[in-house]
This record gives sequence, structure tokens and C-alpha cells, in this order.
Amino acid sequence: MSVGIVGYGSYVPRRRIKLPDIARVWGADAESYERGLELHEKSVPARDEDTITMAVTAARRALKRAGIDPLTIGAVYVGSESHPYAVKPSGTVLAEALGATPAVHCADLEFACKAGSEGMFIAASLVKAGEVQHALAVGADTSQGAPGDALEYSAAAGAAAFIFGADKLVATLDAQCSFMTDTPDFWRREYMHYPRHAGRFTGEPAYFKHTLGAAKMLMEKSGTKPADFAFAVFHQPNGKFPMRAGKMLGFTTEQMQQGWLSPWLGNTYSGASPIGLTAILDIAKPGDRILMVSYGSGSGSDGFVWTVTPRIDEVRALAPHTRVLLDTNKIYVDYGTYAKLRGKIRMGE
Amino acid sequence: MSLNPARVAREFPSRYRLEAAKCAGCGHVAFPARLVCPACRGTKHTAVTLDPAGKVLTFTVIHVPPAEFKGQAPYVLAVVELADGVRVTCQVADVDPAAVKTGMPVSLEFRRIQEDGEAGVIAYGHKAVPA
Ligand SMILES: [Zn+2]
Repeated sequence: MSVGIVGYGSYVPRRRIKLPDIARVWGADAESYERGLELHEKSVPARDEDTITMAVTAARRALKRAGIDPLTIGAVYVGSESHPYAVKPSGTVLAEALGATPAVHCADLEFACKAGSEGMFIAASLVKAGEVQHALAVGADTSQGAPGDALEYSAAAGAAAFIFGADKLVATLDAQCSFMTDTPDFWRREYMHYPRHAGRFTGEPAYFKHTLGAAKMLMEKSGTKPADFAFAVFHQPNGKFPMRAGKMLGFTTEQMQQGWLSPWLGNTYSGASPIGLTAILDIAKPGDRILMVSYGSGSGSDGFVWTVTPRIDEVRALAPHTRVLLDTNKIYVDYGTYAKLRGKIRMGE
Repeated sequence: MSLNPARVAREFPSRYRLEAAKCAGCGHVAFPARLVCPACRGTKHTAVTLDPAGKVLTFTVIHVPPAEFKGQAPYVLAVVELADGVRVTCQVADVDPAAVKTGMPVSLEFRRIQEDGEAGVIAYGHKAVPA
């Protein structure tokens, strides 16, 4: 039995802040972020947007493309490191808003930036096992970096949703794998507002080791090589890392361009490679093969091989394309507005 | 201002899913759903989900908000007419208040409506955004 994606959707907040506007406040060198990390602007959630609201809109778009009855969704997983409640699942609100309750298994997942792909891994596996007819997986985040910290230049907001099934597929899942070790490169302790990271340790022994490890494991498992893929998308904590990882594996700029959103979106954490995948599905042709590798600090990567089916041509116009959400209707905010929206200003009672 | 979780939960069908009641007798769509049709007093209804597409019928800009919307001003409060002829009163988000016009096409989108301080429950619902 073939399992895969039945419907997909994404969400990107309309607000943006330009990197030089952040650098100016902290006396930092904007050039080092723009040229060094290939970051130009990032999305900013409004006060009324959070992981739950973005998940709902992305999932509704996925539902539209899937064309299924929400009551056939037997599992809902929301992966995020910015769930609005510390205790109380985001998935309950999502399932209720979609009309998928009450016969539905639900869990919120956390694994830094790979919580979204974790949900995809589990959702696809449940469908494959025949436990549920359809399963929904969402990666969504409204992540924050400490003011002035390097992470503040990239931490952004966005969501992607995928409905898995065994019928009416837009892309089959040909192989999936995980590559995981205990690597303390980035963490946030309980009750802490901002995360901490291990500076340079976040590169080679963390991001690259796991991303390359998962990609190689995946290609070995599926008997594929880079030239077999029309597209590849990697986790994108900045603009530079995913391109470098792809090149090290033997992928070309052309294969990675469409899913490479971080220079103008920022790092959407759990949403990152999943949103990249939605941008690829928006333009992919039947028969195209796609390699996707996520990365979450801590650390691990999930890898997937997808093959696009002819049904893609019938569904892609049913919801907004990701690059349209990214490139149009932008509202630019200055640092003061950004600080207010992100709750960085201490208010009086 | 504190939100009563039980009351918030009772409103989930309309606030989360835009569920309305269509009168079997005269076809009037009541939102939120009612037991008795306000048009013909009929009591037979079928549940319908409202299409989120609509247009701004009339609006006002709030400069001095009630306490629970403090920090959001200025914001636009509008009466939006949806495809089924249903009218809902809601905020128009993601827009410069000066750019809102009568007749402007909008779509209802799931948003955070209010929260009970830092520790209380969060109420979700719909706001209009430019279509
Ligand atoms: Zn009636």
C-alpha cells in the first residue's frame, strides 16, 4: 500500500522586519548577517497570531486541497517549540476548529526545529499501519531570540500542514528515516523566556552532522542519488546552512532554490523545511522526486523521499501558494513595533 | 476582566468553526445557531458552515479600547456580510485602519481574540483580513 500526502497548506504572517532594522538597534553589523548568513528579512507574528492560529489556517488550506471529510482524520499532531500553553495541547484547538473531534488521537510534539517533521513521520506511519484513514501533521512556530542575540536575526513565524492518507495522493512517501544523537547545541530550560545556544558548536557537530547523516541514510535506504531528485529542501536556520549542506551532498542550486525560503522568511523552526516542501509542491510536476531533511537541535534530523503524483495538478490552485504568501501583502514594521508585538516591552499594570 | 472557560467552550461551534443554523422552513441562516428561527419562528434547522468570504458592510476605528483590548488600538471593528447574507461583527486585522473601505473584500481567519492575562485561558475566534 502506498501512503503519502493527500493535501498540504502553509501560513506566513504578513508582517516583516528587515535585518538592518534589528542590527541598527544593537549596533551590530547588518552586513555580516545579510552577506554572511544570507538573511534579509523575517516574518513577525501579530499579537493575535500564534502557533495555534497559524496551524488552523495552514490545516484548513490542506483540508481544501485534500477534499476529505474532517471526521476521517484519526490523528492530529502539532509540532512546535512555541505552543501557546505550557500545559494544554495546541492540537485540541486545531482538531476542534477543523471539526475532527472526538474520534481523534492527538499529541503536541517538541524537538526544537524538527517537531513538525516528527509529526509527519508519525502521521505517515499510522496511516501505513492501517490505524487511521487520515492523519494531520503540522509544524508551526512563533519563535523568539533574546534581544540582541544572533538568534533574534532569524527567529521567525510560519506554519505548514500535511494530511496523510493512502488514497487520492498528491505525493507518495517512498522512504523515511531518522538520524539522532544527544547533542547539547541549543536548549531552553523550563520557565526561561529565551533559548540558549552553544555558538559555533551549533554548526559542524550539530546541524551539518545530522542533516548530512540523515540525507545519506535516506539515499542509501531508497537507493537514490542527488541526480535522481528534481528538488531538495533542508532545514534552514539561516540562508547559508541549507545551501552549504546541499552542496556538500552533491545537490545543485537549481534543485534547492524553490524550497529555500529563509533569506526572506527567516527561520520558522518547526515550520522551516515543511514550509519549504509546500513551496516545492506548488510548482512540482507529476513524477518529480523530492528529498526533504529537517533538523532539530538536541539533535536529530528526519528525512523523507516523496514522489509527486498527477493529482497535484488538480489541487495546487485550491489554496494560496507559499511563495505568494511570502512575496505579497507584506507589512513592514520597525523595531519598536516588533518589540511591542513580540511582548518584549515591560508594561505597567 | 476574566474569561469563563465554560462559557468560552460553549461558543466553540460558532467561534471556532463558523457553524450556523439554516431554517428548514424559510432558509434563513442564523449565526450563531438558534433554536427558533427569528424570521418565521420555525424550529427545524440544519447545521451549515459559513463560507469565510465576505465584504465590509460598515466599520468604525476604535481609538480608546476597552481594557481587554488595550495595546491593540487603533483597530477596526466592522460588520462583515458573508456570502450567505449572514452579518458578523468582528475586527479587521492585518490592515492600516486608514485603508479600510466599505465594500472591501475580506475573509475570516482564525485568530486569538482575547486572553485572560498571562495565566488565564486564551479565547480564539475569527477576524476579517483583506482578501
Ligand atoms: Zn425560518
